[in-house]
Amino acid sequence: MKTLKILAVLALVIAVSAFAVDKVLTKKGGDGYDIGDIATDFRLKNIDGKYVSLSHYRDAKGFIITFTCNHCPYSVAYEDRIIALDKKYKALGYPVIAINPNNPRAYPEDSFENMKIRAKEKGFTFPYLYDDGQKIYPQYGAKKTPHIYILQKTDKGNVVRYIGTIDSNYKDEKLASKKYVEDAVDALLEGREVKIKHTKAIGCSIKA
Amino acid sequence: MMCRIICMGFMLLIFFTGCKGERQVTAITATKVFESKGIEVPVYDFENFEALLHIDDDKVRVINFWATWCKPCVRELPYFELINDRYTAKNVEVILVSLDLPSQVETKLIPFLEKQRIRSRVILLDDPNANQWIPKVNEEWSGAIPATIIYKGSTGNFYERSFTYHDLEKELKKVF
Repeated sequence: MKTLKILAVLALVIAVSAFAVDKVLTKKGGDGYDIGDIATDFRLKNIDGKYVSLSHYRDAKGFIITFTCNHCPYSVAYEDRIIALDKKYKALGYPVIAINPNNPRAYPEDSFENMKIRAKEKGFTFPYLYDDGQKIYPQYGAKKTPHIYILQKTDKGNVVRYIGTIDSNYKDEKLASKKYVEDAVDALLEGREVKIKHTKAIGCSIKA
Repeated sequence: MMCRIICMGFMLLIFFTGCKGERQVTAITATKVFESKGIEVPVYDFENFEALLHIDDDKVRVINFWATWCKPCVRELPYFELINDRYTAKNVEVILVSLDLPSQVETKLIPFLEKQRIRSRVILLDDPNANQWIPKVNEEWSGAIPATIIYKGSTGNFYERSFTYHDLEKELKKVF
């Protein structure tokens, strides 16, 4: 009988600690935009010295806003795919707009001068904007690079339709079974609802 | 008779839990082991790695997700090393989970570990389908690093942030 009591207590301890894990590990977090929010426009300097705003794109149906940078290996791994997205979807009304959110004091490799060099080396077909003063990325809630926000232009403004990563394999495009950004833009172009609206990926923290 | 059956039931449960913990430890198999300059870095996919997040013994585990290219990660690494030095005898294990690209293990990661004389256990997590595994580490994790889990048994905390030594030690003591 004594054994039974001890065992019962043990079982209770196990049950209690199993409960604790749910409580402790669930934390509320996350700021910035959610799906359905209206994204802010901006006026940011492009690598050609001209300022770019979303409102300049009168014919666009939306945008593939891509927070990216020079120094991050994950960003570099996706550069060719970002160019391919722009080439494919610019003509269809969804151009890529790349924004470097990093503070060059934290990462000298991400300076405006180095952005120009990298864009030229890779032959970027899209604007590569510098978030001077780092005012835009916190409004979007971008946490890392690369981090994609797909916006759809509506009467009310540019509505956030997708937040996340480009596809399901950063190492090898051919092994990516899911192409989240393409699927989302295709859906929007066909007037369908975006199925997968939110994805996660490892990325380099944006440095303020 | 009734008592016996109930007792058996509890014992099986406890036996199973205890056994599960041990089995999980041994069942972790590396897909590859990089070895150079006397430093070994085993590589895991998430399926194998996941068991490290749920070991049910009396050790406190400090699991830090980092990479050599991540400056804030590298900056806080000495604090994890210090925890490893000071708390190993107090039943704490530090595991540094590198998210470096496998192609850079020999060129960047191992030279870094050698130069910085890293003594904590270092493993490489190589699983490209991060959208599947990031939420399994923690629902709230955006995927940005550094990120850290401090846990013991089934109690623990997840942090998507950088640490000072003082803060890290404070959080560690919460789990003791």
